[in-house]
Amino acid sequence: MFFAQQKSMMAFLQQFALLALLIVFITSCKAETLEGDSVEVGHNYSSKSSATEHTSTSINDSTDGHAPSEISTLPIVTWKWHHIETPYLVALWILTCWLCKLVCELNHNVTSVFPESGLLIILGFILGGIVWGADKAQTFKLIPTNFFYYLLPQIILDASYCMPNKLFFSNLGAILIHAIIGTCWNAATVGISLWACYEGGAMGTLNIGFLQFMLFGALISAVDPVAVIAVFEEVHVNEVLYILVFGESLLNDGVTVVLYNVFDAFVSLGGPKINAAEIIKGIVSFFVVAFGGSFLGVVFAILISMLTRITKNVQVIEAGFIIVLGYLSYLTAEMLSLSAILSITFCGVCCQKYINANMDEKSVTTLRYTLKVMANGSETMIFVFLGVSAIDKNIWVWNTGFILLTILFVVVFRFIGVFFLNWVLNQSRLIPIDITDQFVMAYGGLRGAVAYGLAALLDEKKIPEKNLMLGTTLIVVYFTVILQGITMKPLVQWLKVKKATNSDLTLNGKMNNRAFEHILTAMEDICGRMGDNWWTRHWKYFEDRHVCWLLMKSDAKKHRDPIFGAFHKLNLEDATKYVTEGECKGSLSFIRNYESTSVDFKKKLALQYADIDNVPVTSVMKNSIPSVSLDIHEQDRKSTPDDLSAHHLLDQHLYKSRRNNCPTYSRNHYNTSENPDEMQEIFQRTMRSRTESFNSPKMGFNPVKKLSKHPNKDSTHKLNGKPADPHRTHPYGDGDFEISAASASSGEIAGHFHRRSTNTHGAGVDNPAFIPEIDTSPPMRNPPWQTETGNNAAVAPSQRAQGRMPWTPTNLRHLAPQRMRTRSTDSIVTADASLDEKAPEEKPGKHHTRL
Amino acid sequence: MGSTSSTLLKIPNAEVLMQETGFSPAHIIRLHDRFKALDKEGRGYLCPQDFGAIKELAMNPIGDRIIGAFFSPGKETVDFSTFVKILAHFRPVDKDRPKEPNSPEPINSRSNKLKFAFQLYDQDKDGKISRDELLKVLRAMLGMQVTEEQLESIADRTIQEADLDRDEAISFEEFRKSLEKVNIDHKMSIRFLR
Repeated sequence: MFFAQQKSMMAFLQQFALLALLIVFITSCKAETLEGDSVEVGHNYSSKSSATEHTSTSINDSTDGHAPSEISTLPIVTWKWHHIETPYLVALWILTCWLCKLVCELNHNVTSVFPESGLLIILGFILGGIVWGADKAQTFKLIPTNFFYYLLPQIILDASYCMPNKLFFSNLGAILIHAIIGTCWNAATVGISLWACYEGGAMGTLNIGFLQFMLFGALISAVDPVAVIAVFEEVHVNEVLYILVFGESLLNDGVTVVLYNVFDAFVSLGGPKINAAEIIKGIVSFFVVAFGGSFLGVVFAILISMLTRITKNVQVIEAGFIIVLGYLSYLTAEMLSLSAILSITFCGVCCQKYINANMDEKSVTTLRYTLKVMANGSETMIFVFLGVSAIDKNIWVWNTGFILLTILFVVVFRFIGVFFLNWVLNQSRLIPIDITDQFVMAYGGLRGAVAYGLAALLDEKKIPEKNLMLGTTLIVVYFTVILQGITMKPLVQWLKVKKATNSDLTLNGKMNNRAFEHILTAMEDICGRMGDNWWTRHWKYFEDRHVCWLLMKSDAKKHRDPIFGAFHKLNLEDATKYVTEGECKGSLSFIRNYESTSVDFKKKLALQYADIDNVPVTSVMKNSIPSVSLDIHEQDRKSTPDDLSAHHLLDQHLYKSRRNNCPTYSRNHYNTSENPDEMQEIFQRTMRSRTESFNSPKMGFNPVKKLSKHPNKDSTHKLNGKPADPHRTHPYGDGDFEISAASASSGEIAGHFHRRSTNTHGAGVDNPAFIPEIDTSPPMRNPPWQTETGNNAAVAPSQRAQGRMPWTPTNLRHLAPQRMRTRSTDSIVTADASLDEKAPEEKPGKHHTRL
Repeated sequence: MGSTSSTLLKIPNAEVLMQETGFSPAHIIRLHDRFKALDKEGRGYLCPQDFGAIKELAMNPIGDRIIGAFFSPGKETVDFSTFVKILAHFRPVDKDRPKEPNSPEPINSRSNKLKFAFQLYDQDKDGKISRDELLKVLRAMLGMQVTEEQLESIADRTIQEADLDRDEAISFEEFRKSLEKVNIDHKMSIRFLR
């Protein structure tokens, strides 16, 4: 324990030293540029150093970089820092920020208490300090343009694309009320009460008018989705609470930006010019901007969905279309001065269903992961830069009264607003929102980068006290993200907030959900009233009739069906489990070993798939996991001519690729014991192939094999902590043995099978890679045998294969016990996850796809 | 439609109904209005044909089963109190109302809601959902999109999921177990009946 901790500490220190070095490097690069510029071109130093962010230096680069002095001789290599300065610095900063995340994730003891976002901000402080120390000025800051155009869009797109659609729309009313009314309430009350306190003399003399206070109130009321997601993803609250907080923070941003713009316009208009007409215009503009942005998003969603209907031939870049068009929806809205955030939000939310149905399953996965990488990456950068930006002498104007009162009002009015709105909502909700949920909702009002970005956007000419506002915003951000972030988890536990129940995906659940919907609508019809189900049903009807016709491939419709989708997913899960389990135990070797078997297998598979997906759904089903892994082998096999050398080549290839995997697989667990075994295996294998080449009877080395294998097996049983019950741990191996014994007609074949079964016993733990090679080598070298074993094997393992095939409807009875068993072994595997690498690999993936 | 609005006094044994179902007088009156509207000939009871006249219900894939649920076996009619009692299944569970210790289980309890759903599947009333019964419901609900083989495999799989005692059918106990994690109160409640 202690050692492990120390190790992680060491790693932490190492990483940190690396980071510090990087920063020093960056700043020195920067400093060099500055000096170089001032020397070479005689550029104005001061204007250069006030360039706010790294990308903004690019304007200068284009002029400086291409000023080659006259050369006397041909240079072999030249130092071209100016050419690459900007992208280089950007890339270095991205790297630094991501390394920060790495550092944060090193020690799980810390992250379990301290939210990652807070840690990133603190690391940002340190980095900022280093920059400050090296440069004596803050040369790197988060400037609003970069934030709003390059960092924010992907986060919002990711959040909206991964939004649980049904949940979102069924709670849309509550979310909208919180986002619109709640935000206006916060903005107004914070602004007014700050102004009142100022008038009352709580802050000394400041050059802030009423409208400026209102503007500040508007920008500080932005509940930040980035911060909220970062904190709430670690605390698994129940889904309704989650969607309320998440959806609210997402839409609330858009509303805040709109409010901000309205008040900004008022401020520039100046107090005296504002009359009733202007105020009405402001209100109208609020609604036009907000709803116009949302509408634009829906239009783009329709465009995207229609586009994905025809991108089948360019599957490689299919996912890119969505990202680009989503970004365009953001920029277009910005261009039309509509709400860009709302636009991209609705774009993501609305198109997700159709593009998921239209696109290839692989493209969907690609899109998901790309978005996740981009969103997480920029989220990390935002938090780090929130920290870095703070280390700047210029922005800090301290006014205790203003800052403390802001924090107080922000928190208090948030609570009042949330409780009041929830009270109103609860009057008509079927399932009322609990008081604890309300409390968490109010407490989850974290402010973040959007507020900071808006504050940084303030115009110093119009608002003389910009720096005070900026500083206060930063403090509010730190207060909410760090303090509330830390206390959120204990609070949720202490209040016993209902956590998310991870319900299993079951066909029963899906089917009955559907049945319940029908029953409810029928009852509403009988009662003759329009209830909630009336709307959902009519929307569904409309969607089926018109929307799907327009936006969805005709063959993709079926996959939308939840019951069928569940069925499909369950089958995929089974198949994956089947394959992984088979790989663990080495029992899938029969697929590779016996050509005729696998052909049979393949036929069966094709038949099943033809049944299940009714052919038109070509890409989606055919490329699903099981068929891929099996298909590739199959295709490889088909493409190779049936002569022995090619076959041998293939097997060699299979062996190698798997062997490459194996060390990472097992080395961790069997550090000392594994490697000698492996060596011995290789040795034995080569020895055997040599003996085989002499055509000697293979019974000769069988005992050797057994001797080497069995101790190994025992030891691994101990290591794994699994019960040493062969029926449980090696179901395939034993089945194999029985079948082979039953179908054995000649001694030779029996011997062969016998050996095979012993191999699979051991292979379950130590090294599945060797089994195919060992098994296939004899038939290869011995043509007469191959035909013999081939014929027999065609019967025996294929039966087994069919028996184990999860998706065979006629064989479902066989499946039942197998599923039970898979579950039980799986639970063991996940329990000691450190022993089996497969489990941790699989879990995060699942987690992500279910987001 | 109903020409005159009903009052509580006109409704036979309204008090008892309210006691049993937990509906408020306003609900009873509203349901009685609806009942009269459905009962076009004013016979005081409803026939399956009366339900069939509801246009939307005809579009419901399992509409006939739901209509069937109103009629106890062998009967061709449903009177008002049965009508209300069936609808009472869908009243949301009220948490604030104090529960009397010796009162019978309310109609809108979780298990009663489940029983209602269960009997929609179990058409032959043998207490078990057989493969055929399940297949019929699935066929109705999934419609044209899925082939017969797929339907069969879905049905097989569904039964297998829930079937604990391996009798190739889902008993009520198994049905309830399979839906243990589902929030029935939420899914089988109609808001305006609160």
